Amino acid sequence: MQFGPHLVLALIEGAVLSAVLALMASGLSLVFGVMRVVNVAHGEFFMLGAVTAWFVAAGTGGGPAIAFAAALVVAPLAVGTLAALADGLVLKRIAYDPERTIVATIGLLYILQQATLMTFGPAARPVEPPFNRRIALPWIGQTDEGWGLIWPWGLSVTTYKLFVIAAAVVVLVLLRRGLGRTRAGLLMRATQIDRETALAFGIPVGRVYALTFGLGAGLAALAGVLVVPLQQAHYLMGGDALLLSFITVIIGGLGSLGGTLAAAVLIGMSEGIISVFFSPTLAKIAATLLVAFVLVFRPQGLSGGPPR
Amino acid sequence: MSRGAKAVLLHAALLAGLLALNWVLPDYHRGNLARVMVLAVYAMGYNLLFGYTGLLSLGHALFFAAGMYGLALPMHHLGLGLVPAFGAALLAGAACGLAVGLLALRTTGVAFMIVTLMFAQAGYLAILIAGAWTRGDEGFTIPAAARQVLGLDLTEPGVRYLAAWALFAAVLAILFRLVRHPAGRVLVAIRENEERARLLGYDTHAMKLLATVLSATVAAAGGAAHAALFGYAGASFAAVQYSILPLLWVLLGGAGTLVGPFVGTLFMFYLIDWAADVTPAYMLLAGLALILLTLFLPQGIMGLVRGRLRWLP
Repeated sequence: MQFGPHLVLALIEGAVLSAVLALMASGLSLVFGVMRVVNVAHGEFFMLGAVTAWFVAAGTGGGPAIAFAAALVVAPLAVGTLAALADGLVLKRIAYDPERTIVATIGLLYILQQATLMTFGPAARPVEPPFNRRIALPWIGQTDEGWGLIWPWGLSVTTYKLFVIAAAVVVLVLLRRGLGRTRAGLLMRATQIDRETALAFGIPVGRVYALTFGLGAGLAALAGVLVVPLQQAHYLMGGDALLLSFITVIIGGLGSLGGTLAAAVLIGMSEGIISVFFSPTLAKIAATLLVAFVLVFRPQGLSGGPPR
Repeated sequence: MSRGAKAVLLHAALLAGLLALNWVLPDYHRGNLARVMVLAVYAMGYNLLFGYTGLLSLGHALFFAAGMYGLALPMHHLGLGLVPAFGAALLAGAACGLAVGLLALRTTGVAFMIVTLMFAQAGYLAILIAGAWTRGDEGFTIPAAARQVLGLDLTEPGVRYLAAWALFAAVLAILFRLVRHPAGRVLVAIRENEERARLLGYDTHAMKLLATVLSATVAAAGGAAHAALFGYAGASFAAVQYSILPLLWVLLGGAGTLVGPFVGTLFMFYLIDWAADVTPAYMLLAGLALILLTLFLPQGIMGLVRGRLRWLP
């Protein structure tokens, strides 16, 4: 294949990754924005979403479409509930102290990951996509009668990949409207702006925190469900996902979902292109160093408000 | 008896007890305890930064690995002797500590944790990329013939135990001096209230940098000793897990206490050793321990003891 079609393939991969990343990173950003804590277990919620999708698909009959639809509903709800429970049982009791929360969520990370290893096992398992038609894409090239449309072998996109992108866009639009137009969104924004004042005005901050933590985890789980037909479910898949969401949130700056979304597209696209053309390990080194240097030289990226 | 004398006596008694165990313990536990003492050196290095200076790093595996590879690579590829290789390992650890410190200390709190985590991850990936020399995840062994120092054979269990003990004792003694020295007091002052320490006229940034370099060097000594005594260097020792473990050991034993890291390492080592026989998911225990400690025992075991014995350093 020539360079052009190759690049288009890389861009498609990048767009799918951007969509998944945007969902995950929005969850992480929301939790940091409202609760001012970094959730290191966020990648494990993503992994739990994928693993739950496998269990649901294995447990429901009636074909891959129904099983997948069920997973799309069940996994985010189940994982979100679990996260809200963890919030009440652990984070609330340490009063959301930033450093102790990181230590506690590292603990949560190991518990979720290792519990998955004990139940789901060390193997990677696939989930069948609900639909997966290949759509060949045209390219402009030299044909027998001069320049015209050609159909290079291998240049194609599947309907499922298009669905992932569309689903992410729909969910993110809903999330934005939910935060902007509903009462729950209003309470969240009020808590984000000033926790003390929100409390003084009778906003149930404790419940807002549990809801936010659950919602953040639910978004990660949804991303996990969407990803599992493309890459198999595995108990260690949360690590890389966490790293990428970290990068996205830190590059995008906190507070606005818009920044996170723009960063998700940027990171997803460059990751798609880099992993097609370069060594993935080298790309990861560049990414980790990028996060470190952004934090060192632009600390307002993560801290958002004044340091506490 | 004065408080100082009591503290000296207590730590001397601990060291004497550990020394005596060499002639009491069966080989299996002697090997385990030698490993615990080496890992406790790593934990003590971590504790200097976390427990005494109040800086929570999530990237100490970088320094442990710097020591391990700083010793193993020159021995393996250049045929360097054990003693100069150990010196190279300490230098590698100090250099990494200086580089990370200069950059990461520009941040505080949560950002500091993430920056250190990212540097350690970059180091881990760099070890994988340099697979031609490091053999990546698989790692390489240091032949028994090279693990000799001053006519002593470090592969022999008794000698290995005594070597681990000697390093442990030396580091404990150095840190004992340091934390009672005025410089150590300044570190604690920074932990308690950096603003106030600065107002008192201390150059807190320089002190934090010094603490980072010392902590990295001690961690590297642990890594180098691990490679020398157990004859293996592998990338898994540079992975995230090895950054989390010293945090866990120090939290469990008691942050900001001298013997806390050893107590925590000993306890967790045997707990995980036992759990690994039962299930492959033994890190589950580490996760549970982290959460339970944050919730119920943030001061750790020795912190609890110190609540009774106020003179413990």
